[in-house]
Amino acid sequence: MFENILEKQNKKVMLLGNEAIVRGALEAGVRFVATYPGTPASEIGNSFYLIQRSHQKIKNLYFEFSVNEKVAIEAGAGASFSGLRTLVAMKNFGLNVASDFLLPLVYTGVKAGMVILVADDPNCWSSAQSEENTRAFAQLAHIPILEPSTPQECKDFTKFAFEMSEKFKIPVMVRETTRVAHQSAPVKLSKINIPATKGKFVKDTHQFVTMPPRVLEMHKELLEKLEKIRQFCEKSKLNLVNGSPSSDKSGIITSGASYLYVMEALGKLSIDLPVFKLGFFYPLPQNKLNNFIKNLDKVLIVEELEPCLEKEVNILAKDINPKLKVFGKDLLPEVGELKPEIVLRAIAKFTGKLTVGGSTSDSYKKPSISISRRPQLCPGCPYWLVFGAVKKAVNEKKVIFGGGIGCYMLAGLPPHNIQDYLYCMGSSIGLAHGIKKSSNQKLITFIGDSSFYHAGIPALINTVFNQSNPLVIIMNNDITAMTGHQPHPGVEDGAPIVKIEDLVKACGVKNLKIIDPVNQKEFIKTVKDFVNKKEVSVIIARRPCVFVKKH
Amino acid sequence: MNKDFNMVIVGTGGQGVITLLQILAEAALIEGYDVKTSELHGLSQRGGSVEVHLRFGKKVFSPLVARANADLILGLEMQECLKSCYYAGKQTKFLINKFFIPILGQKSITEKAIVKEIQRFTKNIIVIPAADICEKELGKNVVAGVYLLSYASRNKIIPLKPSSILKAIEQAVAKKYLELNKKAFKLAKTLNYEMGL
Repeated sequence: MFENILEKQNKKVMLLGNEAIVRGALEAGVRFVATYPGTPASEIGNSFYLIQRSHQKIKNLYFEFSVNEKVAIEAGAGASFSGLRTLVAMKNFGLNVASDFLLPLVYTGVKAGMVILVADDPNCWSSAQSEENTRAFAQLAHIPILEPSTPQECKDFTKFAFEMSEKFKIPVMVRETTRVAHQSAPVKLSKINIPATKGKFVKDTHQFVTMPPRVLEMHKELLEKLEKIRQFCEKSKLNLVNGSPSSDKSGIITSGASYLYVMEALGKLSIDLPVFKLGFFYPLPQNKLNNFIKNLDKVLIVEELEPCLEKEVNILAKDINPKLKVFGKDLLPEVGELKPEIVLRAIAKFTGKLTVGGSTSDSYKKPSISISRRPQLCPGCPYWLVFGAVKKAVNEKKVIFGGGIGCYMLAGLPPHNIQDYLYCMGSSIGLAHGIKKSSNQKLITFIGDSSFYHAGIPALINTVFNQSNPLVIIMNNDITAMTGHQPHPGVEDGAPIVKIEDLVKACGVKNLKIIDPVNQKEFIKTVKDFVNKKEVSVIIARRPCVFVKKH
Repeated sequence: MNKDFNMVIVGTGGQGVITLLQILAEAALIEGYDVKTSELHGLSQRGGSVEVHLRFGKKVFSPLVARANADLILGLEMQECLKSCYYAGKQTKFLINKFFIPILGQKSITEKAIVKEIQRFTKNIIVIPAADICEKELGKNVVAGVYLLSYASRNKIIPLKPSSILKAIEQAVAKKYLELNKKAFKLAKTLNYEMGL
């Protein structure tokens, strides 16, 4: 519960994984926090925002909702370079946006501790675009990655990540999945400890300027640093072995939420075998893993999505124990999240305890009546009016409709059914340009106001610069609605407002109208007019989300 | 209590499912149990189906209830109970709010048909017109969940004391809704429902 985040030390309180991350950062003395909202990471920013707006506002702590994740990580790095401990939080797709900066940042390293929290969403509970597995960034960016299983670990690992980041002068990632981020459990609290030291950037071109030939040296230094981190990781208590050796010489290696399902299954099946729980995903404690697998006949790797860990164990086994049978994705799905019953069944198969019927059975006869209650626009949502007007203005069958990330992606569901493509933040305009350059079909594309600031502006400039003519409808509801109502640069929230219409005009767009979609007649007329224009046109559909408080 | 208690709450966005979950988790913590919950946020909250999990006992690992393992399924909306059958086994009790929220583009299913489907999984089904009772007595049906919690606790359907739940309500519910929730909690005191149908 949010109110519990600021409870006194030594108390045991219920916290969501994400709230525990916030508490962990506060206990570690975080001074600078930047984020762009994205579920399942959204509560981290929301909590800091609410704390800093409340009577419990924490002194010497700066928090911002950045315009996008790349800007957030850059701002965070600037604070770390200036000597302040920094937390940057985002969902998996956000890291794609931030990755351009992340890779050189890992090369140069940081000054004060810098933790990057990334939340993955196996099963796409609150994600549209893919089941992206952030573990892949370990190989690409060489960033150390920690994987907590529980809210207590979310707090403890975050604190540990700050220490480790500062010790090795490298950003450290804490990777969650939905079932960790949105799991709540009792957490024992320690003291919140925010230092008051002033930040100061000390010039150091040797560290902060990446240019050949220095950048190649940096690459070499990074690999040396990683070897030191690996040795540190070998001794870390974050990687631990539970259980005792089994007579059939079998064992399990796992981490994160998967570990919880493993422990649950072993209890239910009354099996005792050694379980290697990894707190580090990268770098891996190779010696410790070698010691674990060297005397086993078979090992089961329990992990969600791609077999990242399984591949690593296969490589290790080749040298240390070539006869080892490595099980993983042959018993577990690669698509979707794991569940306790899936892991139970895999372990039952692995240990030969599979029975017909009983707890390991996977038979489920659904009720003969099924329901499908899809999410809907809220009653009174202004998007009803926008979609309604568009459908009245044009022949739906003859027009292509572009979608984007936000509540307006519900355009793709009944009763609207006007979404012909959906990818990522800002791509509704970029794609529209390509289609318009290739075809003479009419095209209307939607983009949310927060998405427009985040990634829509370069794409809009491109339509002007390279001359295409989609109709862009900016859904200006004055909030980042879907992720829990965070402010954006167009929202009156105590800072200067960056007006969307000023940006659109500055991009060189000639056909621009700002319309409250309540004025249906004008909206319909403008859509009819704009969809036939020779140049790009923009309608700013301006009406606040029903949940926006009027000032 | 020797074994873990496994509970699933189903309903739709806006019915206060997450608040109920927080109340129960706090109550379990007050009674000294290890406790875990799992919830979902984001687009699923926009009027769609909501399903949350609660487990408590001596030591709890998984935040998710396993298939066919629920001890109690609390349904705040009748039709949503059909989905939750995934978690139902012979031991499962269903405690259901007799309340329907129409589904876009789908014919409403009758109470009788729903109960018949659930009976394939378990015979322990209690349907209570909690929304109507709360609407009539308190003018708000959104507290039907708290009303049902109170009922469940008093009738030992949940192994948590009414006093712990009341204390948890005071911790978990926002001040401006606290009196209403406490009233709903007290309202169930006078209710005596026969078990089963």
